[in-house]
Amino acid sequence: MTDTEDGLTPLHPNHVKVTRIVAFLFALPFVIGAIVLEVVDVLPFGVFVVPVVLVAAFLVIRVPLRRYHARGFDMAGDRLRVVRGILFRSDTVVPFGRIQHIDVNQGPLQRAYNIATLTVHTAGTHNASVHLPGLANEDALAMRETIRAHIKRDTM
Amino acid sequence: MQQAGGPEPVIADTGLEPKRTDPLSFAVRAVASLQNAIVPMIAVYFATNDEPWAFAAALGIGALIAALSAGGAYLTWRRLTYTVGAEDIRVESGILSRAARSVPYERIQDVSLEQSLIPRFFGLVQVKFETGAGGGEDLALSFLSEEEGERLREVIKARKQGVTAADPRSAAAEAEPEADVLFAMDQKRLFTFGIFEFSLAVFAVLAGAAQYADTFIGIELWDADLWGEWLDGPTSWIADLGPMAQIISALAGLLTLIVVGSVTGLIKTYLRDWDFRLERSEKGFRRRRGLLTKTDVVMPIHRVQAIKLGTGFLRRWFGWYGLKFVSLAQDSGSASHDVAPFGKISELGPIAQVAGFAIESDAGTKWHRGSRKYRVDSAIIELLFLAIIAAGVAAGLFFSEAASPAWAFLILALGGLLFARQLFLWRFDYNAVDSRFLFVKQGWLAPKLDVASRVKLQSAEIAQGPISRRRGYATLKLGLAGGALQIEGLPKVRALELREAIMASIAQTDFSELAG
Repeated sequence: MTDTEDGLTPLHPNHVKVTRIVAFLFALPFVIGAIVLEVVDVLPFGVFVVPVVLVAAFLVIRVPLRRYHARGFDMAGDRLRVVRGILFRSDTVVPFGRIQHIDVNQGPLQRAYNIATLTVHTAGTHNASVHLPGLANEDALAMRETIRAHIKRDTM
Repeated sequence: MQQAGGPEPVIADTGLEPKRTDPLSFAVRAVASLQNAIVPMIAVYFATNDEPWAFAAALGIGALIAALSAGGAYLTWRRLTYTVGAEDIRVESGILSRAARSVPYERIQDVSLEQSLIPRFFGLVQVKFETGAGGGEDLALSFLSEEEGERLREVIKARKQGVTAADPRSAAAEAEPEADVLFAMDQKRLFTFGIFEFSLAVFAVLAGAAQYADTFIGIELWDADLWGEWLDGPTSWIADLGPMAQIISALAGLLTLIVVGSVTGLIKTYLRDWDFRLERSEKGFRRRRGLLTKTDVVMPIHRVQAIKLGTGFLRRWFGWYGLKFVSLAQDSGSASHDVAPFGKISELGPIAQVAGFAIESDAGTKWHRGSRKYRVDSAIIELLFLAIIAAGVAAGLFFSEAASPAWAFLILALGGLLFARQLFLWRFDYNAVDSRFLFVKQGWLAPKLDVASRVKLQSAEIAQGPISRRRGYATLKLGLAGGALQIEGLPKVRALELREAIMASIAQTDFSELAG
């Protein structure tokens, strides 16, 4: 499924777990709602629960994995390349020399799994900030240092 | 916090003290606030219409509002100070809460002087410092005297270039107007431009006014009976005229439309571009224009990120084009700066050259078209879209039996037209990359040309949807500071090639060298 196979580094496997938990938390209210509707017995058994649980299982199990495989990055020499998307693919290259500033963010879930999101900001109106989630925290910090070393002076 | 009576010098070593804006700006605000008093005055006058003292009450309210806003204006003026420091310009303001903003000189994109009608009577200007920050969060000083505005601008320009003169006054004195005029529009040019700026916007305004009349006067313009009565009643003179006269009156109507449109265009153009002058001074481009509101914008040359060459479908046949510069700073609300709104190619080329750009590619550069598959796909998508609408309408008509479902074929025919148009327009979209620039040309009747400097681009993204991935084409989206640049429907190979070329030239130039 990767038509941009050339030497991309995959994300940290923990990224799948985190996205699954997020998807699960998203799907949970719908599943509960479906079960409640089943219990009150308005329609024949299974009309709500079966499709809702199937969709939820797909969102929680299948989609994060596919998205994980679709994502990748490459830090080659003087540029950062970020590839993402299953249906709508996007392949972005940001030269280090054009990066204005760099963020490393961790949410509570990401901290529990020791991964982080690296965000680079450019002066461009399009792609003003490029996000790269699912990096091992140490890797994200190391990448930040590498990029920073390339930016000699962040003059605008 | 400082007392209004005795502000302390913020920067002691240069002996620069916080200054206030021109005292007359208080007068400008007071005059401007009189406008706010008009509506309440009228309201009070009509509310107390029956009483003998109605007029006095209206005047009283007007005077009260004027006094209040004058008081507010005075306090605002009194509490606002600015300091031209060694590294930044600072403004402290606020009557009760205080705000202090500091803008470093290096971050100022350009300095513009703006003079609207009322300040002009008092000889005042508004000085704006554009930093490129989003959401209009820039720094503006309203109002300073014309000389002070001019002096401030010179000081900032000198400071930006690192001329940290001990006394900024001397820096201002030596900077002198030996500027070359790059582009100017005389009366004849302005008139021609105005004619081409044909606009029927006035009818939109009239329609708005009519709506207003509708609500407040009670004439229902959209009521067919009203018009029917006008036509059928004793004054049904249009219907009484013969067919010849009807044609004549239709022509007269058309003529009126043309005259009104042209006059609107002329007025708009005269107001905006009166005395248009673009100069090349040692600090960068300087543009002055305006009849009632005069503006004076200075933009450093190295801030120009890309240029846009545009035209209109009529003016093109007379060889008229317009040139715009894209930069981080905004030009009175629009993203790009008009540097030569109406000129011949032979005039615009040199201007682009001064900015370090070219409107023609190097000799031997190969121009590429988009993917042929994209041509077909995009046309089919347009057709499908209208076909779905047509099917919906046909079904609606069939079930409601309001009219024959055959009417839906009109929509389908429109879809066919769009299909053909899309196929046709593809022939006019080109892209090319030469040693220094990326060129994107689009459009048939009114072709547009965007020229971006290869090294001034910020990022490159290749985006593909489900269809384009199967069919092997992609959209190349380029990060441009202060503008948008994307090329749709490139063959995947070409998109990769362009991105590689751009990235290679960026890698050779560090951003800090661009900033200059």
